[in-house]
Amino acid sequence: MLPESRRSAGTAGSSKLTWSLNQPRVRSIVYQALLAAAVGFAAWYFVFNAMENLMARRIASGFGFLSREAGFEIGETTLLSYNAGDTYLRALAVGLFNTFRVATLAIIFSTILGALIGLARLSHNWLVAKLAAGYIEGIRNVPLVVQLFFWYAVITESLPAPADALNPLPSVFLSNRGFAFPILASVVPIEMDSPQLHGFNFSGGGLLSPEFAALFLGLTLYTAAFIAEIVRAGILAVDPGQFEAACSLGLNQRQVMRFVILPQALRVIVPPVTSQYLNCTKNSSLAVAIGYPDLVSIANTTINQTGQAIEGIAIIMLVYLTISLAISCFMNWYNRRFALRGSKL
Amino acid sequence: MVRTSSWMGALVLVLLAGGSAHSGATAEANLKKGFIQCGVNTGLAGFSQPDSNGEWRGIDVDLCRAVAAALFGDARKIRFTPLTAQQRFTALQSGEVDILSRNTTWTLTRDTSLGLNFVGINFYDGQGFMVTKKRKVKSATQLDGAAVCVQPGTTTELNLADYFRANNMKFKPVVIEKLEEVLNAYFAGRCDVYTTDVSGLIAARVSRAANAADHVILPEIISKEPFGPIVRHGDDHWFDVVKWSLFAMIEAEELGLTSKSIDQQAKNANPVIQRFVGARGEFGKMLGLDNRWAFNIIKQVGNYGESFERHLTPLGVDRGINKLWNRGGLMYAPPIR
Repeated sequence: MLPESRRSAGTAGSSKLTWSLNQPRVRSIVYQALLAAAVGFAAWYFVFNAMENLMARRIASGFGFLSREAGFEIGETTLLSYNAGDTYLRALAVGLFNTFRVATLAIIFSTILGALIGLARLSHNWLVAKLAAGYIEGIRNVPLVVQLFFWYAVITESLPAPADALNPLPSVFLSNRGFAFPILASVVPIEMDSPQLHGFNFSGGGLLSPEFAALFLGLTLYTAAFIAEIVRAGILAVDPGQFEAACSLGLNQRQVMRFVILPQALRVIVPPVTSQYLNCTKNSSLAVAIGYPDLVSIANTTINQTGQAIEGIAIIMLVYLTISLAISCFMNWYNRRFALRGSKL
Repeated sequence: MVRTSSWMGALVLVLLAGGSAHSGATAEANLKKGFIQCGVNTGLAGFSQPDSNGEWRGIDVDLCRAVAAALFGDARKIRFTPLTAQQRFTALQSGEVDILSRNTTWTLTRDTSLGLNFVGINFYDGQGFMVTKKRKVKSATQLDGAAVCVQPGTTTELNLADYFRANNMKFKPVVIEKLEEVLNAYFAGRCDVYTTDVSGLIAARVSRAANAADHVILPEIISKEPFGPIVRHGDDHWFDVVKWSLFAMIEAEELGLTSKSIDQQAKNANPVIQRFVGARGEFGKMLGLDNRWAFNIIKQVGNYGESFERHLTPLGVDRGINKLWNRGGLMYAPPIR
């Protein structure tokens, strides 16, 4: 009788035990529940506090302002057309596309430049290697915003006014208003739309503004310095035996790099380069300092005209988060394609 | 969504926690902490700019000093927070500053949906254009196609777009936040035109141009820009204190009371002056201040005209519509009685 009851108590006890705090699994569930509750409460408190504060001060809130007329002009647009009569939403979209334009171009060119400089730093040519090292140390250790001011000043102070624009090729003009060049207006028959000086500025053709040029140059040169170091590290991470083995197969220097070293180095290179791409995109928000109308610049103006700082900053954060996650996703996919399956390394 | 809202919340905590601590009792909170925090321009000659000793100078600065003189009887009990055009409203909303006295244009949006109250007007301005003389431009209507340097988040930016739209002209804005940088861009020739309020154009021309005579300000004034100090919604007492500090400076000019003469004039039997200096009536008490509040303002800071002559006249800014109402201007203070 007694052993029976004890056994039943034991089984009951063991099922009870799953709910005891002595059980590691139970403890971890409890801790996680507490953490989730704390996070949830904090979130609720912050939102509640914000609403309370805004209402108490009668500060307008909500996203209704997005459909109102913006009323300010934007210096340059990518893809979308825009004028002062359009909405804040469209203005922000123009800013977003401007961010895309400069970030995409800077990522592409900094990757090419960075790879070349990284290889140059490993060169057996003493001068080339030292020049590359000098570039990396110089660029990497000067704050980006200072470099942006530098490039902007170089462009606006040293180039002539539109009336005395440099004219290196027919219909190509270089002045402190930017780089004006002809664009293809129609293919059949071939027609070019060439820039012409009308009154104050060039009209027609394509134009790269000094703000864009300074931001693009600054971002590209800066990011390239970091990518160069990553490329160098990636190549040095490949076992020297691989060089020797490839050489002994009779491959020349170029083939060794192309077929043996780089594919292995890429596995080391891709993850940190992803971080650099993210940095590059986020650094493009320094555009504010030199007047390139990127997302942050437009959002700041919007905040100031509407007074709705919380909504504006939420939009900025959400957009950068989305862009960054998208870049991460793409690079992780790319990384998985190159990762060795089931091998060590 | 949860993630977004908690981020927003975190932001708001940073943004507004300071403000909620003493909303509704700014004057008392200031008395307790012993000084007033005043938001001013990062550097606009004549309005607010630090001099070579690091001392802030300008008519906007004087207004803040006047409030300190009224509240503490000591115009030095003030600290300044230099703010860009973009930072200014958030700084006031969040309680970082108690007064925003930063050549800010009074508009309906700002007075209502930003949760702020404009106290009055301490400078009547209007927006204009500056171009280099060698351009030979005579009128703003000849500016079609120009590149225009402008600061973001200002009424200037909106008026500019309105004016060009109304006159069927096109322009390329070059929008840079810091005054320093936007002026660099203009003087380097990046823009054909620099636009802001006329007082700002004059100040920039005097203080920043290599040769002031190379730049002309076009005759068109395209907007009304009444500048005034601002406080937060919801604290009527503080609103009154700042408002009457401004009025006292204007009223003193009308009464002929200056920082130099007020000791002498306080003995004047004129009942208006007696009320002003606090020898008669309890007007200070009604404001919750010392009865000599207005005397202290004039003694320590000076009247409106003195402030104007000290800071703006040397730059070549004409008194113009900022004269007193009885001398053909718009400056008018309600009676202290």
